[in-house]
Amino acid sequence: MNNPSNLKYAASHEWIKTEADGTVTIGITHHAQELLGDMVFVESPAVGRKLKAGEECAVVESVKAASDVYAPIAGEVVAVNSELDNAPEKINADPYGAWMFRLKPDNAADVNGLLDAAAYQAAVDSEAH
Amino acid sequence: MWRSTKPCCAFFQKATMTLKQTPLNAAHRAMGAKMVDFGGWDMPVNYGSQIDEHHQVRNDCGMFDVSHMRGVDMRGEGVRTFLRTLLANNVDKLALPGKALYSCMLRPNGGVIDDLITYFMDEQWFRIVVNACTADKDIAWMKEQAAQHAPQLTITSRDDLAMVAVQGPNARAKIWQVLPDFKIYTEHLQLFQAAHIGTPTLSVNPSTGKAGANDLVWQLAISGETFIARTGYTGEDGFEIMLPKERAEEFWYALHKTGVPPIGLGARDTLRLEAGMNLYGQDMDESINPLEAGLAWTVDLKSPRDFIGKAALLANPPARKLVGLVLLDRGVLRGHQKVVTAHGEGEITSGTFAPTLEKSIALARVPNGVQTGDTVQVAIRDKMLEAKVVKYPFARNGKSGL
Repeated sequence: MNNPSNLKYAASHEWIKTEADGTVTIGITHHAQELLGDMVFVESPAVGRKLKAGEECAVVESVKAASDVYAPIAGEVVAVNSELDNAPEKINADPYGAWMFRLKPDNAADVNGLLDAAAYQAAVDSEAH
Repeated sequence: MWRSTKPCCAFFQKATMTLKQTPLNAAHRAMGAKMVDFGGWDMPVNYGSQIDEHHQVRNDCGMFDVSHMRGVDMRGEGVRTFLRTLLANNVDKLALPGKALYSCMLRPNGGVIDDLITYFMDEQWFRIVVNACTADKDIAWMKEQAAQHAPQLTITSRDDLAMVAVQGPNARAKIWQVLPDFKIYTEHLQLFQAAHIGTPTLSVNPSTGKAGANDLVWQLAISGETFIARTGYTGEDGFEIMLPKERAEEFWYALHKTGVPPIGLGARDTLRLEAGMNLYGQDMDESINPLEAGLAWTVDLKSPRDFIGKAALLANPPARKLVGLVLLDRGVLRGHQKVVTAHGEGEITSGTFAPTLEKSIALARVPNGVQTGDTVQVAIRDKMLEAKVVKYPFARNGKSGL
């Protein structure tokens, strides 16, 4: 699957979408969900929590493993996708639709420092070797 | 690489060229398997959804490549006498030819070298099936002990055999579709009983190649060595079949054509845990004696027979026991998580999300005072979550036991 070109990415396998209101929406990539397999549990960060870039802030668990999700940039959590509480498998079915949380960035320009789709794919490919 | 927060996953190790391969390696790749390093073997963890594979086995049937496991033949005069000494369970329970016995093989200090299945073929021949990662040390130990107690025995590692497990309520019927000539030899088999039959040779269309080549069900005729046991590691009915390596791929594709899908090691683990079956290396190893691993039922301390490890077990009454846990809060129980009880701390040995139960379950080693029905706390990351102590198996024969 191609990584959507309108998104930014972190090497730790999160995707980041900048919304019209300046907030950013975060989820995990197709590659990440494929690696983990069937999702069975999602732990979201608390709304209002202030995150540093790279901070562990959420957990996704598949049948076979638990993995951290990191804040790709610094900001405050303004929303979480509570739909995933009862339907974590949506991450497998639609990784770029099943968002996990939304941040109000401390600095909107931080998004520019993230990977574009091609750079993320290159990072994924290099992991495979 | 994506960091796993908890030490739950050997499955994440990437496959490399140095890994050992079973005769079905190419078939797994052709069927779209995700391959992982499983104890030094390049094995399929899943072919698609691991949860779907789990349900497939509980509700219908599926096939597993378990060729990484090893068959060991022990032949000669007095093999039963030797096994009375070697194994913690009592082979004298094996009276009917083909009958199987689950047992631990212990160090003199009571630590578990391996858990294994021993089949009584005749008084000159017992076949033992051992775990993949322990096979070499098992055979070395068997030979060392035989040199001392029964030097007349021949111990042969059957590296020439592949092993396929077909499990699920419809498993036997599917096997008989593929191996119609084998039905009369296997339909009478009790649970935990095996039949040793001839070598299968293709009797229909051997030249048509692999799966999808034609619509014929491949029929295999008898003329040599095949071993079919009504055993498994899923809590469902079914057969485990040992056959010559060079026949494994044909057999695998024949089953596939008959509508038996392949199942990876991921679902194998959730199936065995729901069925309350121990996994060597997680629930017990050489540092644990079987009485603290939920395996007292497999240790014969009643008969006057002596066996390796018996004195140590009698001298050290167990202080801990293995119990089942069901998580009451949201989350997933995993191996090595700390369990806090009113009687002291314990640890989860195996934990997972259980697809049949749609809950998280675990086996945990806890102080003896913990009782069924107790509520305990499990440390999951920065939280203490509630779990209930339950009797296991959690699920068998398609149904939840909770």
